[in-house]
Amino acid sequence: MTAPALTVENLSLSISGANIVDGVSFAVAPGEVLALVGESGCGKSLTASAVMRLLPDAIRQTGGRIRLGSDDITDWPERRLRDLRGQRMSMIFQEPQAALDPLARVGAQIAESLRLPRASARPRVLRMLEDVGISDPARRIDQYPFELSGGMCQRVMIATALIARPIVLLADEPTTALDVTIQAQILDLLRRLAVERQTAVLLITHDMGVVADIADRVAVMYAGRIAETGPTEAVFARPGHPYTALLLASIPRLSDEPKSKLAVIDGRVPAPAEFGPGCRFAERCPLADARCRAETPPLLPVAGNRLAACFHAGRVA
Amino acid sequence: MKRISPGMAVILSLLAIFALAAAAAPLLSPFDPLRQSLLMRLRPPGAMVSGKLLLLGSDDLGRDLLSRILYGARASLLVAALSVSVSLVVGTLLGMLAGWFRGWTAILVMRLVDTMLSIPAILLAVITVAVLGPGFLNLVLVLGLTRWPRYTRVAYAQTLQVATLPYIRAAEMAGCGPLRLLLRHVLPNIAGPLVVVATSEFGLMILFEAGLSFLGLGIQPPYPSWGSIMSAGRQYVARAWWLTVFPGMCLFVLVLCVNVFGDWLRDRVDPRAQGR
Repeated sequence: MTAPALTVENLSLSISGANIVDGVSFAVAPGEVLALVGESGCGKSLTASAVMRLLPDAIRQTGGRIRLGSDDITDWPERRLRDLRGQRMSMIFQEPQAALDPLARVGAQIAESLRLPRASARPRVLRMLEDVGISDPARRIDQYPFELSGGMCQRVMIATALIARPIVLLADEPTTALDVTIQAQILDLLRRLAVERQTAVLLITHDMGVVADIADRVAVMYAGRIAETGPTEAVFARPGHPYTALLLASIPRLSDEPKSKLAVIDGRVPAPAEFGPGCRFAERCPLADARCRAETPPLLPVAGNRLAACFHAGRVA
Repeated sequence: MKRISPGMAVILSLLAIFALAAAAAPLLSPFDPLRQSLLMRLRPPGAMVSGKLLLLGSDDLGRDLLSRILYGARASLLVAALSVSVSLVVGTLLGMLAGWFRGWTAILVMRLVDTMLSIPAILLAVITVAVLGPGFLNLVLVLGLTRWPRYTRVAYAQTLQVATLPYIRAAEMAGCGPLRLLLRHVLPNIAGPLVVVATSEFGLMILFEAGLSFLGLGIQPPYPSWGSIMSAGRQYVARAWWLTVFPGMCLFVLVLCVNVFGDWLRDRVDPRAQGR
């Protein structure tokens, strides 16, 4: 494996004392798509904010390092970080229409991170618009976001994020607000651009379908910890953590009996204040025993080039 | 684009006439507004003096009232425009800073705003002019620097709201510094309501200028201002009604037009206010 473009080591974040992200580690190689999956509130978006070094005021980073290429940017001052954002790492968001300045033309928006005079930026912006599959770029470049559809806005966002050729792209639920056909197009586009430009993509999602579609590897998060990580196919074929297994089992299938009950995971995610000493999934886990409640299971290798944080990884089916 | 109603068309054309009259005062004035002639004191409107018509009559020093009103419009509009600009810039800047940085900055700025708003503006202006001395520049500065809190409140509220929107966050993630974020992304998106406030303030500024000049604290004689013309004409109300009525009417119509225009603009910027 080539040297990773983005490395997160042991990242821990807390809000007023509660550990909402606990020892999260992963690495993304150039041209690779890593999906960070988990339900709402499990800390996946915060992890992305921590990578961009733009955490909300209330949240403190209590540990961990973040490396961009070979640079440890954890303690960089804001001024230097500002030169990284949009240049060497960038981010795209959930609602493309809300994430574009309503009063800035498409061209100005995309050229923003280029920091070039308008005239010299224009040809590059046009080429970028073509690259993200926008037809008639010469017309679109002077339009305002309200004149574009949601899918097109997301393409513009992607163009904005990638024009300066960053080595890392964070995509926070980039297709959640789009309908399914557009979703597939956008995912294809992301995948293609990642490979072509050798950009490392960290894709944040709660949609297993999206993961299966484009991720090379997947990291499943539960309540602020990584439960399991490995190549997408291996994880989907034979999950090593009961949470992953139940999550996959809860995806409705067309072959399911119509109107039959959907498979669910009983119970709810514990609130950060309720985190105990043991496995955070123990309360909902069918395999949990006394040891699970007392000790935190470490993330250990299991069969198929994967890591799972479960004492019973061998028994999960 | 909605069509402009006939009533609004009248208001807009009146405003255009005032602006034109002020701009072209030297071309339109039949007489020099400062030239005194004791031989033609207090002539009524329509009087002829050596072959020239005194359309609106003359004042106690024999100066042509029409010419003085035209030059007075200049003073009114210029003072109002400049002082609105001063307060708009100062107020918006402070409001955006408070809304962006919140915390102590906001507390400091917003309490200063409360303090300013608790003092009657006209009183503050009177005191300041009395201390600094009257004159055109002082008038503009005093009006400008006492009237900024309204813009600050609006800019503060708007900035608080806009600053949390995804596109501002996206711009931040794209590497924009605070200055660029505020000027390029926040300012254009909060400009609408600020322009509306500025328009309604414009009418008030015209009134303030007239009021201060009436009290002798604004434009100084012999230079004409509607306020000072009325002030001088006050003693002759019984003998020369035109000295107070004409400038008063101009003031009334101009402020009315500006205010109606301001309301109309507000309805266009804020769709919720429509039909009220």
